[in-house]
Amino acid sequence: MKHTFYLLVENHQGVLARIAGLFSGRGYNLESLTVGVTSDPTVSRITLVCIGDDMIMEQIKKQLNKIVDVIKVVDITYLPSVNRELSLIKINAKSSQRGEIFQIADVFRAKILDVGQSTMILEITGTSEKIDDFIALLSPYTIIELARSGLVSMERGKKLKKE
Amino acid sequence: MKKTGAKLIIEAMKKEGVEVIFGYPGGSVIPIFDELYHEPSIHVVLTRHEQGAVHAADGYARSTGKTGVCLVTSGPGATNTITGLATANFDSVPIVLLTGQVIRPMIGNDAFQEADMVGISRPVTKHNYLVNDRAHLGQTLKEAFFIANSGRPGPVVVDLPKDVVNEQLDDEYPETISIRGYNPVYVGHAGQIKKIAEAIKVSKKPVFYIGGGIHISGASEIFRKVVEKTKIPTISSLMGIGAIRSDHPLYLGMVGMHGTYASNMAMTETDLIIGIGTRFDDRVTGDLGKFAPHAKIIHIDIDPATIARNVTVEIPIVGDARQVLEKLMPLLHPADIDEWREIVSGWKKDYPLPDEEGKEIMPQRVVKEISEIFPEAIITTEVGQNQMFAALYYNFTKPRTFLTSGGLGTMGYGFPAAIGAQMGNRNKKVIDIAGDGSIQMNIQELATAVQEGLPVIVAILNNGYLGMVRQWQQIFKNSRYAATCLMRRPECPFHCEGKAGSWCHLYTVDFVKLADAYGAVGMRVTKPEEIKPALEEAGKSKDKPVFIDFIIARESNVFPMVPPGAGINEMLLGKEK
Ligand SMILES: Cc1ncc(C[n+]2csc(CCOP(=O)(O)OP(=O)(O)O)c2C)c(N)n1
Repeated sequence: MKHTFYLLVENHQGVLARIAGLFSGRGYNLESLTVGVTSDPTVSRITLVCIGDDMIMEQIKKQLNKIVDVIKVVDITYLPSVNRELSLIKINAKSSQRGEIFQIADVFRAKILDVGQSTMILEITGTSEKIDDFIALLSPYTIIELARSGLVSMERGKKLKKE
Repeated sequence: MKKTGAKLIIEAMKKEGVEVIFGYPGGSVIPIFDELYHEPSIHVVLTRHEQGAVHAADGYARSTGKTGVCLVTSGPGATNTITGLATANFDSVPIVLLTGQVIRPMIGNDAFQEADMVGISRPVTKHNYLVNDRAHLGQTLKEAFFIANSGRPGPVVVDLPKDVVNEQLDDEYPETISIRGYNPVYVGHAGQIKKIAEAIKVSKKPVFYIGGGIHISGASEIFRKVVEKTKIPTISSLMGIGAIRSDHPLYLGMVGMHGTYASNMAMTETDLIIGIGTRFDDRVTGDLGKFAPHAKIIHIDIDPATIARNVTVEIPIVGDARQVLEKLMPLLHPADIDEWREIVSGWKKDYPLPDEEGKEIMPQRVVKEISEIFPEAIITTEVGQNQMFAALYYNFTKPRTFLTSGGLGTMGYGFPAAIGAQMGNRNKKVIDIAGDGSIQMNIQELATAVQEGLPVIVAILNNGYLGMVRQWQQIFKNSRYAATCLMRRPECPFHCEGKAGSWCHLYTVDFVKLADAYGAVGMRVTKPEEIKPALEEAGKSKDKPVFIDFIIARESNVFPMVPPGAGINEMLLGKEK
């Protein structure tokens, strides 16, 4: 089962290494990790996606909480939330194929960022599933390069208490 | 007034009540040692290896409850501490380790004696810091001491670039700190605590199962009262030993791989385990599928991540053992479990620990004599058979008197830990029960003990083997003693079957001469009747360490023993049974 956590952490040097080290050191399965600073420059926000049974998830949550630089851990998997991922996709596209690609992009609300002699770069934002579907549709055009950001998540409604 | 980082560090030590620092100097920490040179209130113990320094600080901390402090140089000095840190981290021992670091502009450039100490020590510490701003130094040290000795204690590293140590600033050591992400919970949930009392009321076969958390939280007195009120049989992990008297009628002894018959059986038959400050380690549970199959489990621990990690827990309680027990005490009544107590006492009576006697010296006998002659000693151990004999045969009566590397199982721990314990307990007898293999892992600390005038006794149970490994080879590898004979010489047959032959040399290390060489006292004991007089003689030493080389039966084994992968009730009981 896939779980999504978000973490608020001290914006200290080495925090990311501590968190990544926890996963490698204890053999937990980490699917994606994204990080960026919050509106408070001393705090960073991390979104983690990991895979495992409920017992492992409970352990992961507890172990993350044990890290001194971690201020808050929330398992957002079952909470009403907004989940977004960004992806850049470079594909082979002969000029004769561009029309179809524009159409697919339009349906998925993807942006065309670059059009070259025989390639195009598309940008798409959405849930991971939407991006998976989009990539599947594009695969006949030969994907040359693919960059995915990993998930960022936010709980709907409810305002976070100021720490 | 402006002061250097080094001066602020000394101010921090004094404010934190540090009386002794275990250390080893080097280029990058010269300024700090130089400050200590002017500071008579802090005693610097120069160990002979940085690993020894950390184990010594560990022994000091475990025996006193205070934070052990170490100071070592950058690069090799720092990396030499890793085993000590990992040992302390596993067993929740508060240590602050200050390591030197190259100057900030050189960090990351493969400078001379540079090591990424924060990176290397991360997985084996509770927390660590690289101080890259002189203005953060005081705050960081304050946090380090606070984190090391609160919540679930552990080692904290502070890595100090030399230019930070030399930089001047007008600042004071802070009085308070707050760390957003670090808020240990001490008070257990009242509703959950009530549930413990209710669970005990309906249980027919309850046991207390205690671990090192009892010592750490200072819960041993209240725990004894709880046991006496409820009269519930008590089982201990290796780390819990000493929390209750070993000869207490309700105490069943250590549980697990080398646990007593009574403890292992009680753990298997019980319907309620009240686990306090213990990890349900795999050496305790054996095959998890066969562990305590009828039991409901209550787990009290300050570290939420420990609870329900290995076993399914019905009543989890996050909190400090002492505080939880104090709240629990008034809710308790004597348990109505006469029948259970009778069964348990029957096991205790019918299956005592094996006690072999013969012409040769048996290690069990040595430990028992130590127990009789030095009844209130602080015992440290190395790792192996010596550790198990000490755990099983010494009669512990006080908390914080059994210092052993439980989680990591570090050979070479006991002797430097004994030095640290003696530094913190000048008036107590401190004895390291050692194997002839383990003692050679930090034997250089003999120089430290001599230099400090410490009358530590090292009882070497000398069997000429890496005994515990040899025991496994005997039982599981058909007595093929691969790389465990410490007496092996070029003239030995390629496949030695372990039968003594003309080629065997005794005293491959002459520990008596070695003690002499270091300026300590050395003795050799080869007959059972010499054990007692030798110990008594050793006890008279007031200012010199004593090595006693007990030449014991070469192939004595520790029983009971649970084969790896078996249930803890599936014990091998040794020859007789
Ligand atoms: C640093 C380290 N290396 C290896 C081991 C594996 N080990 C566990 S017990 C043991 C044998 C110990 O032999 P000795 O010190 O002579 O003690 P005895 O078992 O004979 O009492 C070994 C090698 C260990 N625990 N620690």
